[in-house]
Amino acid sequence: MGLFLVTAYLIRRVLAVIPVMFVVVTIVFLLIHLIPGDPAAAILGPDATPSQIEATRVQLGLDRPLPEQLWKFYTRLLHGDLGRSYFLNRPVTQALMERAEPTALLTISALLVAVAIGVPSGLIAGAYPGSVWDRVLMFGALMGVCIPGFWLSLNFIYFFAVQLRWLPAGGYASLFVDPWAAARYMVLPAVSLGFNQSALIARIARSCMLEVLQQDYIRTARAKGLSQPVVIIGHAFRNAMVPVVTVIGITTAILIGGAVITEIVFNIPGLGRLIISAILRRDYPVVQGVVLVTAAAYVLVNLVVDVLYVFIDPRIRYG
Amino acid sequence: MGRRLLRNPGVVGGTAIFVLLLAAAVLAGAVATHDPTRLDPVNRLKPPSAKNYFGTDEFGRDVWSLVVYGARVSLLVGGVTMILTSLGGIAIGLVAGYYRRLDALIMRFTDGLMAFPAVLLAIAFMAARGPGVWNVIVALSLVYMPRTALLVRSTVLTLRELDYVQAARALGSRDTGITLRHILPNCMAPLLVQGTFIFAYAVLAEAILGFLGVGVPPYVPSWGNVIASGKNVIREAFWVSLFPGIALTVAGLSLNLLGDGLRDTLDPRLRVQ
Repeated sequence: MGLFLVTAYLIRRVLAVIPVMFVVVTIVFLLIHLIPGDPAAAILGPDATPSQIEATRVQLGLDRPLPEQLWKFYTRLLHGDLGRSYFLNRPVTQALMERAEPTALLTISALLVAVAIGVPSGLIAGAYPGSVWDRVLMFGALMGVCIPGFWLSLNFIYFFAVQLRWLPAGGYASLFVDPWAAARYMVLPAVSLGFNQSALIARIARSCMLEVLQQDYIRTARAKGLSQPVVIIGHAFRNAMVPVVTVIGITTAILIGGAVITEIVFNIPGLGRLIISAILRRDYPVVQGVVLVTAAAYVLVNLVVDVLYVFIDPRIRYG
Repeated sequence: MGRRLLRNPGVVGGTAIFVLLLAAAVLAGAVATHDPTRLDPVNRLKPPSAKNYFGTDEFGRDVWSLVVYGARVSLLVGGVTMILTSLGGIAIGLVAGYYRRLDALIMRFTDGLMAFPAVLLAIAFMAARGPGVWNVIVALSLVYMPRTALLVRSTVLTLRELDYVQAARALGSRDTGITLRHILPNCMAPLLVQGTFIFAYAVLAEAILGFLGVGVPPYVPSWGNVIASGKNVIREAFWVSLFPGIALTVAGLSLNLLGDGLRDTLDPRLRVQ
């Protein structure tokens, strides 16, 4: 019975991805129609002749009615075709795949930083509310929310790369080619991107810890004489972690967006630099591709979090 | 209520800092020591001094004056975005919460919009529409509106089943009357709290768009634009990006203190102990 309910829940959850992706794809499609005036003329720039503009319009299918264009966009997409980049002269999917690795590595490293700082800070602050540690950590979390990540990156570059010369100011090496260089390049971007999100995680972890510590089974554990560390680590920790897993899902989504900006500051050849250079060259299929991939990554991460939840919190299985 | 707000240090401190920023923005002409757009190549990259409090940038512009005038752009974008997001969110949220048939459709659409990382959707919008203050405001309002709509909708869904709303319906009030007289006022406190945070997000997002070169045009003094130009000269002149960043942090701090304080005071259910 339990297994049946779990399977039914998982199937429902997977199917729920379809309408969301439908809306996502439609919005990405409509982006090109937000261009003021004639998109074909905007893409070609001011030097284009009328016949070139007409040819581009036909090539993009802009001369067809809107529903037909949308239908074509969907069918092409289901065949894994995102169009061709005007500037890079290759399929958009290929350009995306070449640039996905740095962005993925940066997002994952930043997530590790955010969790490594945020979870212990929040749990300690929540376990000893009102203490000096609580005040210091929560002040740090407030600053983490307020300091803009991209500006923090610049300050890190100034201190750790320009002044102290400990770490490179920017650049990238593939983890699979030179792991040591990759790690050195990744430290500053990952810390500056992860710091903001660690603040969010710390705040949630703190309030979860406070809530768990007020429950009856904790009082029972204390009443039978267990010491504070045993109660915190053995009894409260696991239950306080359940909502934190959801926050980590949200965090990942924000990190994907933040990675785009961090890449610009640190000169990392990922999706962020791809979309910014595509904007400057009016390479709209690439812009659409990057936006679509990040939204799809977000939907996927949330799906994974919801599935994980079933295993972490058994109550969900019967909900 | 008023007294509880005045006793909250976050509300008082946040408001005080915010009023200072607002005063600097409104009185920029008097507070600034130089014309922020005047180029002065002889005095380029000068460190902070009595003449140029925050130093000068690579074109010899006075960074203090740039920061003061930048507050105008930031607060304008933040404030108008907050207002537009709230109005749009109220309209969409009330319709979704009260008319169940439209609800499923609207919710699928907001789910889809919220699947995009907020900044990236704004970047894509700016890519299509081109730089400009008004485009930044529209982009950020579109990006944050689903969040406000969800908040209003969930408040409506809780309230509509309450006895006093049922009583109003039994007495023959119309849907629009119930919505405007009984439901909307109860959405105001959470909307105000969320509006404060959206103000903070919008100020930050405006700076990010400017920093990436897709926000307000580069000749307009804005915090993001100045930080972007400081990035190129960070080795020789760290002050160009340092001071607008501090201004951005202070603006974020004031709005977050205010938002946290308002939440604790106005909405005890959301209070984090």
